[in-house]
This record gives sequence, structure tokens and C-alpha cells, in this order.
Amino acid sequence: MLTINNLHASIDGKEILRGLNLQVNPGEVHAIMGPNGSGKSTTASVLAGKPEYEITGGEIIFQGENLNGMAPENRAAEGIFLAFQYPVEIKGVSNINFLKTAVNEIRAYHGLEPMPAKEFLNRIKEKQELVQFSNDLAKRSLNEGFSGGEKKRNEIFQLAMLEPKLAILDETDSGLDIDALRIVAHGVNSLRSKDNAFIIITHYQRLLEYIEPDFVHVLYNGRIVKSGTKELALELEEKGYDWLKSESRDYITA
Amino acid sequence: MKDNNEVIDTLLDSSYEFGFSTDIETDVAPVGLDENTVRFISDQKDEPEWLLEWRLTAYHHFMKLAQKDMPGWQHFDMPDLDFQSMSYYAAPKSKPLLDSLDQVDPELLATFAKLGIPLTEQKMLAGVAVDVIFDSVSVTTTYKAKLKELGILFCSFGEAVQEYPELVRKYLGSVVPATDNIFAALNSAVCSDGSFVYIPKGVRCPMELSTYFRINAINTGQFERTLIIADEGSYVSYLEGCTAPQRDENQLHGAVVELIALKDAEIKYSTVQNWYPGDADGKGGIYNFVTKRGICKGSNAKISWTQVETGSAITWKYPSIILKGDYSTGEFYSVAVVKNKQMADTGTKIYHLGSHTKSRIISKGISAGVAQNTYRGLVHVGKNAKHTRNFTQCDSLLIGDKCGLHTYPYIESRNSTAQLEHEATTSRIGEDQIFYLNQRGIDNEKAVALIVNGYAMEVLKQLPMEFAVEAQKLLAISMEGSVG
Ligand SMILES: Nc1ncnc2c1ncn2[C@@H]1O[C@H](COP(=O)(O)OP(=O)(O)OP(=O)(O)O)[C@@H](O)[C@H]1O
Ligand SMILES: [Mg+2]
Repeated sequence: MLTINNLHASIDGKEILRGLNLQVNPGEVHAIMGPNGSGKSTTASVLAGKPEYEITGGEIIFQGENLNGMAPENRAAEGIFLAFQYPVEIKGVSNINFLKTAVNEIRAYHGLEPMPAKEFLNRIKEKQELVQFSNDLAKRSLNEGFSGGEKKRNEIFQLAMLEPKLAILDETDSGLDIDALRIVAHGVNSLRSKDNAFIIITHYQRLLEYIEPDFVHVLYNGRIVKSGTKELALELEEKGYDWLKSESRDYITA
Repeated sequence: MKDNNEVIDTLLDSSYEFGFSTDIETDVAPVGLDENTVRFISDQKDEPEWLLEWRLTAYHHFMKLAQKDMPGWQHFDMPDLDFQSMSYYAAPKSKPLLDSLDQVDPELLATFAKLGIPLTEQKMLAGVAVDVIFDSVSVTTTYKAKLKELGILFCSFGEAVQEYPELVRKYLGSVVPATDNIFAALNSAVCSDGSFVYIPKGVRCPMELSTYFRINAINTGQFERTLIIADEGSYVSYLEGCTAPQRDENQLHGAVVELIALKDAEIKYSTVQNWYPGDADGKGGIYNFVTKRGICKGSNAKISWTQVETGSAITWKYPSIILKGDYSTGEFYSVAVVKNKQMADTGTKIYHLGSHTKSRIISKGISAGVAQNTYRGLVHVGKNAKHTRNFTQCDSLLIGDKCGLHTYPYIESRNSTAQLEHEATTSRIGEDQIFYLNQRGIDNEKAVALIVNGYAMEVLKQLPMEFAVEAQKLLAISMEGSVG
């Protein structure tokens, strides 16, 4: 589904990603961990096509297509979804109206008519229940005045509404209380299928107890320095990143 | 990396949807302005002597003002207006009978259909009574009979002069005197048609009343006159919409609107203004120099102005409210959008003369391209006006980095018991906001439209339902091509 080959990306002339490789197949869940500033959000932004980032080398192939140069809205329509680490607030735009626009724009991209109002409302209701997102929040302006945790849950609500092929969750767990964490994990687990995939960026092993990953990667200094299965997350929780840092230094200079 | 200005430039280039003109034979007054022009107009409309006299007085006042310099305090360069090179009256030749749509020139009906004006019987059922002003003449007033049953008078200004001369004579010029400013003087001299509304005591007008203005004939000014009187304890909501064809030369629109709310009455006046704004280089477009003022004459009266201004090359207007009656309320809600080389200098003046009067001003300015947008407002509190309150909020939204937004909130308070609050914000559409929406499958243009509509929501929600939807679409259209 997704193949990242030797990806180099920079922002404002500063290289952040330095030879990233990753292969994600349908049905898989990948966790990406790594110290602050290692390039996790950058990876997510570059996948989503944030215009400030420049790809200086390598390629991203999504469903057989090179993403380089594809507009972010088209990537979204092709099925890439990013649950933001810091979701923005947009005043006066109701959540529902925003979602309706998103759903119908993506449909238009695929040559489909706008979703009938009734179907849309049913979908809203169903997904709201799935992630236990209150009516009150759904009707309010997009993230305006939402608490940190509420914003994160709104990201998952949107994820559920848009049913992407590849969902990237950037630290969706930070700021969530224990119940919310379970709800979010339950939502993600019920959306999992053999046709879609997840990349879950997190600092904590706890989320991975609820959403079981097939692979765990450690990103350091703009590249993946170690990959393993879910046991790796436990190991990291115990040992921190220092042992990897020294290992990767050898790796980089090698 | 995308260059922002590049994006802005390519997208700014969207066209005016209503820029067609209609091929209809018109009776046009000879170009130029003198006493005979005024007499010609008055004669065309079979007016009584007193009205001709009133016009002539206004004309002489105008001529005096026209000798002097034009006003210079506005935040744009006053264009050279050659009052002698335009025509002051144009009427479609086949003048229809007022009540019968069957007799309207089919071309005219086709024009209105293109504009989406509810003229047909079916659409009339939608529940909006419409008066349509085409160039200088009122073409049809729908629903008139039904309103009349309630004692509501809704007709063209010309008809009101014939049918209800006492009311017209009593109130015409009582809020905006002919001497108010040069454009009010000109309007008083040459005003052609417009709408007239009278709501009797205690009556709540059961439907939205609406006027649609269209300038069609080439090289004519449109000077309509609107007079709305809400008698004690009555209520009316009135909507005004407008369009003009796309022409290379500038056309002048110099309307005067007067609102009179007696004791316990309420008038809600909404405008969606989308006159032709000119092309990207600033060629053509309407000069929209309008005087609008209302008075809350009795106690506990209320007037609210809501305006969505997206058109015109230059918009220059300050819908104002005189709060004379104690406990009366005035509200001004405005969204003004300018792009390309458009200029808007708009706001309100609120005069708190009665005690315990309240006012609220919400202004949302949006500027894109190299356009200039100015909010200019005055809150005046008279010496004897005790315990008055005003809340003013002026928000500015910039799109791109070549445009300008300015706010001039003036306060004149002569009474120390007044509570005046002012808030102002300036923001830009954030790249993060656009990217967030992009990431959900929404392209730049729609993203900006969504953000702008959200930004303007506080004002848009003041509009009656049917209009709010139109206004949202209009905002989206006018934002086409202005991404930051
Ligand atoms: N505009 C910029 N100019 C220079 N450096 C930048 C810019 N934007 C981001 N960076 C740097 O890129 C690096 C990677 O940032 P990124 O947000 O991807 O980290 P992260 O792995 O997501 O960290 P965290 O765990 O704290 O969320 C950081 O060192 C950050 O300071
Ligand atoms: Mg991050």
C-alpha cells in the first residue's frame, strides 16, 4: 500500500528526514516511536503533502502512485488521513458542515454525487456512537474552544467518517484520559480491516496495549534505526532511547 | 513549495456571475443634469407639485455642493465624477402593469430568472414578497394584495406618491434630509423609483419583504429611494439585493434609504450587495455611494441593519441609527469583502439620544488582492442620554499580503453614565488552517470559502434563512481566487 524509499525532506533549508524507508501493507498496523524532534510529525506531514516541506530525495509510492507533487487534497481523496498532533481551530465553521464538505469533496474526486442528506446524517450518528463523540461537540464550531482531549477525539471521529485507506495518527493518545484512550482504541480497532492500514505515532507503550501493532519502528534523526514487533515497544519503555542513539550513531557513520 | 502570492494571483481571477445585460428597449432621459432633467423625471412620474418643489430645492442644493470640493475624509481617492455625462433616468419601454406578470416583457422575466429572483407564481409561494427595480422603474410588486388585507402597504415609491401622498410627504426626507450630503442631495433631486413600506400599528408583517435592484441600461445612474415606516408595535423584515451588468465604465448608484420605527416597533433591514465590482485591473464597476439611516422615534423601538457587501468598485456607506426613543435599540451587522482593486469604506453611526438606549456593532472586514477595506464608525452619546450602552466589535481578516484593512472607531460621549465597549481583532487565514482542510480533501478555494463563511457567521446568521444561504454562496463565489 505504502512504500517509502530513501526519503529525504527538508524545511526552510534544514534537512529533517534523512533516508527514511518504510513498507506498509494493507491490513497492517505500524507504530512509530522515537525521541522528541526525531522527525515523526515531519514524516506524517510529508506523507500528507504539507506544502512547506520539500522532498529532496527518494520517493513515496502510495497504491502504486508516486505522491511527489500531488496536492494534499488529492492525497486525502486517494485515502490518506492524518490525525493531527495539534488540530487547528476554525471559527464559525460547524463540525457537521465541515465534514459534509469533506465527504462530498472526496466523493466528487471519485466522480460521485454528493451523499444524500439522510445517509450522511445516519453516518454521523453511527460514527458518533462508535467514538462516543457527543452531539454537542459535533454541532459546535470546528475544534473551537475544544479541550486538548476533545480535539483528539474529533480527529478520530473524522477518521471514522472518512474511512481512509491509510490513517496516520500523530500522538493521538497524548492528552487523552484513560477512558478516552480506550474509546479511541476501540474506534480504531473496529475500523481496522484487511484493506486499510494504520501508522500510529506514539511515545507510550500503553496505547499499543489496546491497539496491537504488527510492527514497531524507532525513528531517530530522520531515519528508522530499528524495527521490530510489539515487544520492541516494551523494551523502549524500559530502556529509553539512549542505547539506540549510540547504536544509530555507528549506523549513520557506517 | 507553493508561492503564496502565485496562488493568490491565479485564484483571484474569477468572474462576475451576473454580468450579462438585457436587450430591452428603454426610455432614457437625455444625458446631463439641469432643472429640466428634474422636471422631466417628475413629469414622467406624474408627481404632485410639492414633490417637484422638493426635488428642485434639493437640486439647487446639490449644484451648490457640486461647486465645492468633494468630501475628502474617506480612505480612498474620490474618483472624478462627471455628473453631466450620465443619464438620470431609464425605463423599460414596455411598462408593465403593476399587478400582472403576464404583461411583463419576456426578456425582463428571463433576466430576473437568471438572477434567481422569485418572480413566478410558484416561487412567490416561497413566501417572500418582492418589489423589483429595473434601472429606474419598479417593475412588479408581488403579494401586494395579500399584504393589503393586513393593512400593510408595500409598493414602489412612485406608486406610493400617487396612492399615499400624505405618508410620503410626512416622512420623506425626515431622516435623511436632502441637505445631508452631496449624494443625498443628488438622490433627492433625481430619485426615480424605489420601495415604500408602511406597517400599521400592532401588525407583524408575516413575510419577508424584498426589493431587487438591477442596473441594466448603459451609462445611467440609479438613484432609488426607499422609505419604510413601522407604526407603533409593528414588525417588518426587509431584504435588499442588487446586481449590475459588467461594463467598462463606472456607473453610479446613489440610493437613499430611510427607516422610521415608532414606539415598540422593529425594523430589520438586510442587504446583500453584489453590484459589478470591476475587473481585476480595476476597470469598470459600480460606485455605490449610499445614504441609509433609520430613526427609533418612539421608546422601545428597534432597528437593525445587516449588510453583506461583496460587490461594487467603491462602496461608501454608513447605515446609521438615531436612537431617539428611550430604551430603543440599534444593531449593525456587517460583512464587507473586497478583492482585486475594490475599495470599501463602510461602517455605521449610532446616535444615542434617548436614555437607556442600547447598540451593538459587529463588523467583519475581509480583504484580498490589493483591495482596501475600511471600517469607519461613530458612536455618539448625547448629553441627556443616561445609561446608554454600546458594544462594538471590529474584526479584520486579511488574505494575502498586499491588501489593506483599516478601522476608525470614533466615539463622542457627552454623558458619563455611558458604557462603551470596543473590541478589535486582525487575523490572517492561517496556512495551518488551509492545510488542515486540504488534508480532509477540501481544495484551497473551498477551504478559504469555508473559513470566510465561518468568520462571517455571526453576521450571516442575522439574515433571514433564504437570504443566508444565498449570502453564503455569494461569499464563496466572491472568495474564488483569494487564497492566503
Ligand atoms: N520550520 C522549521 N525550521 C527548522 N526546523 C524545523 C522546522 N520545523 C520543524 N523543525 C525541526 O524538525 C525536527 C523534527 O520535528 P518533528 O515535529 O517532526 O518531531 P517529532 O518527532 O514529531 O517530535 P515530537 O515527539 O516532539 O512530536 C525538530 O527538530 C524541529 O525543530
Ligand atoms: Mg510530533
